This record gives sequence, C-alpha cells and structure tokens, in this order.
Amino acid sequence: MENRHSHGLDQFCASLEESPGLAILDLAGASQSTVTFVTNYGHRLYSDDFVHQLDACFGEGDFYANQTHPRKVERFLEGALTFQDGSFDGALVWDTLQFLSPPLLQTVVERLHRILRPGSCLLAFFHSEEKIDTIPTYSYRISDHRNIMLVERGRRRPAQFFNNRSLEKLFQDFQSVKFFLTRDHLREVIVRR
Amino acid sequence: MWNRRKDEEIAFKPASAPPTPSALAKEGIPMSTLSGRTNEPHLDSPRGGSAVLGKSVIVKGQIFSREDLTIDGEVEGTVELQEHRLTVGPNGKVLASIKAREIVVLGTIHGNVETTDKIDIRKDAKLVGDIKTARVVIEDGAYFKGNIDIVRAEVPKPQPAPKPQPVASAPAPAATGTHSVAAVGGGDLKR
Repeated sequence: MENRHSHGLDQFCASLEESPGLAILDLAGASQSTVTFVTNYGHRLYSDDFVHQLDACFGEGDFYANQTHPRKVERFLEGALTFQDGSFDGALVWDTLQFLSPPLLQTVVERLHRILRPGSCLLAFFHSEEKIDTIPTYSYRISDHRNIMLVERGRRRPAQFFNNRSLEKLFQDFQSVKFFLTRDHLREVIVRR
Repeated sequence: MWNRRKDEEIAFKPASAPPTPSALAKEGIPMSTLSGRTNEPHLDSPRGGSAVLGKSVIVKGQIFSREDLTIDGEVEGTVELQEHRLTVGPNGKVLASIKAREIVVLGTIHGNVETTDKIDIRKDAKLVGDIKTARVVIEDGAYFKGNIDIVRAEVPKPQPAPKPQPVASAPAPAATGTHSVAAVGGGDLKR
C-alpha cells in the first residue's frame, strides 16, 4: 500500500463541501476509508467495483477483443451505470476509463454525463507514459481530502493513452476539463458537468 | 466418547470441504432456536439465544425473528429482526430485503439492508444492494455494490433551562394557561 498526494482529489473534495446530502459515485470498490470520508460529510455514497465488473464481462480470453463483442457489451451495459438521469453530484472514476476500448469508452462517458447533475465534478486518472506496455492498477482509497491510499491490483495494458487534447475531446460534452500532471506520469483530471 | 456433544454436531464445516455422508449424518437438526447452540469459532458468538438456519436449509418466504439469527443456508424473501442481530454465515446466500439491529455478513446478500446499529461486511463476503445504517464496517476483500446511506441517530437537544421570572410579574394561576399557550404558539410559528 502506498500513499500519494492528489491535487485532483483536493479539487473534488472542495465540491463536497458545497452542501450536505450529496450523492457520490465511487467506482473503485468499497473501502472503509472512502466510505467513512464521504459519509462524514453527510453525503450518500454509491460504491461499485468497475474493474471487477469489466473483468466479469470481458475477462475470459482477449479483454479488449471481448469489448467489441455485441452480446458481451450488451450484458455489460445492462449492469453498468444504469441510473436515472442526474442521480449523482460527483463521481470518483479513478483510473477505470483507461481499460475501455474506444467505442465502449464513448458509451460509458455518455452515461456518466447523463447520470451526473449539471455542475457536479468527476475525478479520473490517466497514465501518460506511453513507452510502457502495462500500467499498475490500484484500488483507490481516500485518506483525507488531499491524500489517497493506493492498493495495487496487478498490472494491465491500457486500451489507449491519452493526452490533454484527446481528453478534452473525450469530455467535450462536459462544461470544463482541468488537468494536473504529476511526477509519476499520472494525469489527474477534474471534469465539471 | 460415545456421547458426542450437541455443539460439535452443528459446528460449521469449511465451505471448500464437501460434506461426507458421515458428516451429513452428524448434522442433526438444521434449524433451531435453542439458546447458545451456535459455537462457530469464526462467527461472533451471540450474547443470548440465537436461531440457526443450517447450510442445507432453503427458505422461501418471510422470516420474522425475536432473537438473533444465523443464516448459513439459502433464504429468498424478507428477513426482519428489528431488535436483533442477523449473521449471514460463510455458506449463507440471502436474496432478500433485510431489517435488523445489526447485520454481520460473511456470505452473500442480494437485497437492500437496513439496520438501526451496524452492518459489518467481512472479508470474502458479498453484498449487492443498498445499505441504510448508522455505522458500516467493510473489511478488505469484501465485495460491495450499492448505495450507502448513513443515518445518524438524532441526539435530543437539551431543553433550555427556564428563565427565572420575577415573582412580581408571575401571572395569576387562572391566567397561566392562556398566556403560556399563546406564547408557545407564537414562537413555534415564527420558527
């Protein structure tokens, strides 16, 4: 387990202080520290392990080839982010979007746009080092408003690498995109709906 | 040696070990409300009496219990133990909405759960559903998918001490009711 400072989380947490009783989506899987942190603000937390869900649908065989298989994609979308419009006031997406092939990624981002209320924040991480084949994946847990505990979950090949321009294009339907490039080749992104 | 103790008969077997015919024969009564019969080393022993649904029991319907309950079998329907603790054992599979004072999960729950005190999701447990509780504990290795709504118990506000009134201005007993009702009513309306 390692700890890292996060400017992106700091920005995200500023939005948590705006009012109590918000609904926050966390795609890292449930952890005690994140649950305690978010609920101590008086907010509700919806927790889901998005990578686990990806593995359950596309894990057998070629992970990315499976993401183009219509029936598997349909099964995945039946259980992923199926909330009513404007259900959430914030989303902690962490690094999960890196493991989606482009067509599925576009659909998932559209769903995130739909389920987030206007003005709400989304926090996502993207690796920026293009020379490596695999990147470490983590379970992300919030220690405090500026620090995250990272529990490694092995390494994975990302579907694609993103630069600022491609991220702006990905989140073009959102109001704004803000980047924080860290020393450890991680691009922290705060997207405002 | 020949008189095997009752608590040995209902001891939980590891989930991975398939039951042998002799082991099945030892299982005895799968459901009981006898006090103190649960003696599983990996489950927290309840303080008082506890009912147990053994791992070979399947229940479809409504369970209402006035004592702690351990489910190590399969339940589909609703489970209600308003003032008591529910333990879902490592073999337990519960497809139900649950209301209890406290829930400890070592097995699987699919359904919404509501407790007045605490939900404890242990390592390797799986809970898919919405949680409404005062406290939640999630161990590493547990799987949870759903909404967590922490309901904090409202602490009753201390009543402000009545202001001492000068004796001279104290109203006459006959007029007290009228005056005080008017004052209280006006104050509440303003708020």
